[in-house]
Amino acid sequence: MFPSLSQVLHTLYTGIVSGQIMTAILTSMSRLLIGFTIATVLGLFLGYLIWRSKLVEDTLGFLVTALQSIPSIVWFPLAIIWFGLNDFSILFIVTIGATWTMTINATSGFKTVPRLYQQVAKTLGSSGFHFLRTVIMPASVPQLIAGLRIAWAFSWRALMAGELLGGGGGLGYLLEMGRSLGQMDLVISVMIIIGVIGTIMDNLVFLRLERSVQKKWGIS
Amino acid sequence: MYLTIDGIAKSFPHKEKGHVKVLDNISLDVEKGQFVSIVGPSGCGKSTLLYLIAGLEKADQGEIRIAGKVVTDPGPDRVVVFQQDGLFPWLTVLDNVTYGLRLKGLPKKQAEDKAREMLKMVHLSNFIDSYPHQLSGGMKQRVAIARALVMEPAILLMDEPFAALDEQTRMVLHNELLEIWQKTKVTIFFVTHNIREAVLLSEKIVVFETRPGRIKEIHSSTTMKDGIMPNDVTFHLEKQILASLQGEIEKVLKEEMGDDYIFKTNPLHRDSSGDMGSHI
Repeated sequence: MFPSLSQVLHTLYTGIVSGQIMTAILTSMSRLLIGFTIATVLGLFLGYLIWRSKLVEDTLGFLVTALQSIPSIVWFPLAIIWFGLNDFSILFIVTIGATWTMTINATSGFKTVPRLYQQVAKTLGSSGFHFLRTVIMPASVPQLIAGLRIAWAFSWRALMAGELLGGGGGLGYLLEMGRSLGQMDLVISVMIIIGVIGTIMDNLVFLRLERSVQKKWGIS
Repeated sequence: MYLTIDGIAKSFPHKEKGHVKVLDNISLDVEKGQFVSIVGPSGCGKSTLLYLIAGLEKADQGEIRIAGKVVTDPGPDRVVVFQQDGLFPWLTVLDNVTYGLRLKGLPKKQAEDKAREMLKMVHLSNFIDSYPHQLSGGMKQRVAIARALVMEPAILLMDEPFAALDEQTRMVLHNELLEIWQKTKVTIFFVTHNIREAVLLSEKIVVFETRPGRIKEIHSSTTMKDGIMPNDVTFHLEKQILASLQGEIEKVLKEEMGDDYIFKTNPLHRDSSGDMGSHI
């Protein structure tokens, strides 16, 4: 049940050339991007609410911490009942996988903005949305990037699990197809692709983002 | 009067004592263009008074008026220079200085020209595009001063702005601040615990009493406004202020270290029995 390396590489090559793997990547990535974007926006918004109000922090904040400990795939049965076995269910667990950790990171990011910056901005006449946009958001950028990175990893895992179970195209589906056809070379090819995409995102996008912020701020 | 502080009282909640009164019945008048210093031991509420003028805190009693207008919120007519520079690390020096101007609604080009001019005044023309972390502590504080002055505030509030700097940098910045003050004729409200700094810089020195903070006495000083440094006079004044502060400092220390603390070290030898139980 172990295919040779040459066979794997051959399948990988033909899969990419024929477009089978490429379409799967595109499907997966589009789901991921949509879910991740929604999760980020939602996380920032919830983080803002928790930061602003003590009452929300005690209620919603606590709930978020509790929800974060539930692996997002656990939501899948519920999602299938609610939305059916389709794209929407997968999107749902991708989003929910990233939302809570993003919320928690956003909250702590906003909370750790030094008072001094806030006082400076206020005495210079900043308030309301301008204050949020020019002080609170940029001052919490290092935390937010860390949050994005973890959120990305969470939604990536959720996506694979969802696609494995949910069908409807994507890398996870291709993996499942390889299994049912007994095509181990395809399975391993897809695993390689998954690993490569994960590494690219982490190293090239998030790590770079983090480094450039650190350099600009003079942290490291 | 330009800045009027009228019967201000302020207390903060305290865990054990319930409330601690930090400021009690403070009344003070400052004329336009005056350089006023507040000196006092740590914890006497001098910074709190500055925050009240800035509008960052609310007073329990009394009111503060600037040119007849009552202070309620922070605003760009009363800009603060804090002990730490408080520059935004995500903005360049130029963007830090234009931050407030852009808020005022100045077009980008105009704001930048103004900021450049001000940065030239604090001798930082070569660092316009640097980020704050690339500057030394003194340079950062200069940027902070430029950022405040560029707003053309009615009154410049300075909360121990040079306390975190080394002695040489501080001396240089003292001279620069005086130069800027002469040029811009801005009203400066300067909080410090450094008596020499207060005597050197200001026209009017307000000495604070501690717990609760009250005004103990007000001195006026012939300043360096005209470029003269009357050494003997300032030295005398310095001693005078130190003497009146001595009691206050002792009060603070006693509270922190117990009742038997005496500020003046005793030059005499103790007798052989010392404190070894003979006082019981």
